[in-house]
Amino acid sequence: MKYSFQFIFGAFLTMMFTMGCEQTTPYAPAENELLDGPLEGLTIAQQIKFLSGDEAFGDVFTIEKGLGPVFVANQCASCHPGDGKGSPFVEFVRFGQPDTLGNQFLEFGAPQLQHKAIPGFEPEQLPEGATTTKLIAPAVTGLGFLNFVSDQDLINLSDPNDIDGDGISGRPHWNNIPDYVTLRPNTISQNGKYISRFGKKAAAYNLLHQTSGAYNQDMGITSLFETIDPYSGLEEDPEVSTQTVNDVVFYLNTLKAPLQRDEGATSIIAGAQIFSEIKCASCHIPSLQTGYSPIEVLSYKEFHPYTDLLLHDMGSELDDQYTEGFALTSEWRTPPLWGLGLSKDAQGGSYFLMHDGRAGSIEQAISLHGGEGEASKNSFAQLSEVEKQQLIEFLESL
Amino acid sequence: MLLLLATTGGLFSQEADPLVKRVSKDTSKVSLNMDAVYNRPFLAIKKMPIALGGYLEANSLYQSEDGISEGLSFQARRLTLFMSSSITKRIKFLTEIEFEDGTKEIGIEFAALDVSLHPALNFRGGIVMNPIGAFNQNHDGPKWEFVERPDVAVNMLPATWSNVGFGIYGKTHKGDWILGYEAYLTNGFDNSIIDNEENKTFLPAAKENAERFEESNNGKPLFSGKLTVKNRNIAEIGFSYMGGAYNKFEEDGLTLDEKRSVAVFAIDANAVIKNTGTYIVGEIAFVNVDVPETFTQQYGTKQWGAFVDVVQPVLQRSILNWENATLNVAARLDYVDWNVGTFQETGNKIGEEQIAISPAISFRPTAQTVFRINYRYQWQKDILANPAAKTAAWLFGFSTYF
Repeated sequence: MKYSFQFIFGAFLTMMFTMGCEQTTPYAPAENELLDGPLEGLTIAQQIKFLSGDEAFGDVFTIEKGLGPVFVANQCASCHPGDGKGSPFVEFVRFGQPDTLGNQFLEFGAPQLQHKAIPGFEPEQLPEGATTTKLIAPAVTGLGFLNFVSDQDLINLSDPNDIDGDGISGRPHWNNIPDYVTLRPNTISQNGKYISRFGKKAAAYNLLHQTSGAYNQDMGITSLFETIDPYSGLEEDPEVSTQTVNDVVFYLNTLKAPLQRDEGATSIIAGAQIFSEIKCASCHIPSLQTGYSPIEVLSYKEFHPYTDLLLHDMGSELDDQYTEGFALTSEWRTPPLWGLGLSKDAQGGSYFLMHDGRAGSIEQAISLHGGEGEASKNSFAQLSEVEKQQLIEFLESL
Repeated sequence: MLLLLATTGGLFSQEADPLVKRVSKDTSKVSLNMDAVYNRPFLAIKKMPIALGGYLEANSLYQSEDGISEGLSFQARRLTLFMSSSITKRIKFLTEIEFEDGTKEIGIEFAALDVSLHPALNFRGGIVMNPIGAFNQNHDGPKWEFVERPDVAVNMLPATWSNVGFGIYGKTHKGDWILGYEAYLTNGFDNSIIDNEENKTFLPAAKENAERFEESNNGKPLFSGKLTVKNRNIAEIGFSYMGGAYNKFEEDGLTLDEKRSVAVFAIDANAVIKNTGTYIVGEIAFVNVDVPETFTQQYGTKQWGAFVDVVQPVLQRSILNWENATLNVAARLDYVDWNVGTFQETGNKIGEEQIAISPAISFRPTAQTVFRINYRYQWQKDILANPAAKTAAWLFGFSTYF
């Protein structure tokens, strides 16, 4: 029995240690190190809905659940890992023609090329004569804020004829919208068109428009909103429920905005100053404000996305001779810069920046700016190495 | 079944009753891992033609991933019942029926007739456990010092992987050397191994298809074979292979797809270091799957994984009046790469890998019962090899034959 007491005592200590297990489990990363997570202040009911949407966002579509037959990815989270930017692994190709007369290749499966197929089927092929662009998916954080900026605010930011003479002439994308879209409060129309703001060419009006299109064109999933199967071209029964689509839309609306890190650091303050001085902030507008939103925590809030949600001519190097809606081939929507510094953690440790991921670094991304961004690019080139570094540190803090 | 349970439950509480005898295990020192299915404690009841046995596993779990925990859970992992019968001296029957997670999964893991023609040639038919690696056939909870099963065995290979089929096995020995073999043809996998909600090539997905006990998915048998060599003074090492067509490529005379194959190769080993009593067991396995080039790279064509357990008895004596009680310290290293290769688009290495380390303390009041405290720390990378999700878990539980 000599060892019995020692054994029991040892076992007791071990059990006590086990009970204190919170000390032996991984720490949660700081909130500003994560892209995913809900907005602060959601009601309990909204948090439940957020969770449903989060789950649906991660749902894997199998063949039995309707994947394909042709597709690009098999879950939302494949293109937006950790709610961040996509990578070339799930790049998608869109095709059409250079003019804005409407996509003439719809009967050939345009606008998106489904370049993967379930076993037994062949992927879609590019039709002869089509022009193409490659795209990687944007981060989805903070989309609710962008969704509820009023149309009037975007019009106020625009300067389509460059009246102020600063060389920057952003314009809203006045586009046709599908019937199923519900107009946001106080929306403004012009000749039957509405301001679209989501997507690389700002071709989607709101998150329902964007989400339904993604289910359909990315995964080959039909819904009550997008009923045509991309493979057969025929109307098919919904493969995802309206409730699920709505849950995902709610989830996207209520994802938090990325939080800046180390904003008080001297080099980052200096970088922010340089960002304004070389006119990056003319398109990458630091602060916007939401209008009314039925989701209370999104109503009338100032936020810091570093975008104006407008189309800008970005020059010949970024002109893929492909367009969507009424955007010109050289026009791209200003991408939000918030979360830029966290992009690598969603893209496998490397940057894949610009619309197609062709830039492997922030410096390279800046150097690809042309057109309305040409002057800022040239100004960046003339900065000292220290100033360049400060600007990069600032951008990575976002 | 209920009647049987009620009857045996009463009998087990009376082990001293001469009507109930514990069947002695194989201690001939020529046993191999392949004998695990019979190398279990059974109770024989006088005049009853069958011997009975089983085991129960339960545990508590506290787990946290990246600082977020679902709190404390209690799990009834497995209740397994064995029944064996010697129909004649050379014809045996054994079955293993398992209830996992309560009654969430109920399955016949083994139900086979063994006909001994010669020690080196035996016939086995019925529901057999495919001899791939060692764990698949030797998976009883009370034999292990860890609550969790090895990742490579259950999250890459499909343990416990049973199928309908038949085959032969046998062994022979000379001096300290023992040689064993097994070869079976069974029903096999299906398309779900490359099309599942795990979103990766996942052989265990085929276990969901209960129809594999009724008919083959594609009419092509899965071959499983194993060759084992053991030196009683050194170690046992096994080499196993399992392969065949997995997809349904024809139906009603129509072609649905190309015939696509899966191949698994595994090496397992175990040894006891005599001077220290240290027990070491491990397994390494490689999977090759023919995935259509036009399907997504999400589903990998190559996988590999391994685990190694080191178990060190630190106290072997009478403890709390349990004679021959043992206190062990142990550690396990788990690794699985579900998608070996590089992305076509970037040339970067594909992630989808996981490594875990699990230190453990186990107490065995008898050889048939084990109490286990395990700590497991795991790093899991997604397909893009983004920073790993870190998960830690505390598990306290027991597993016992009865």
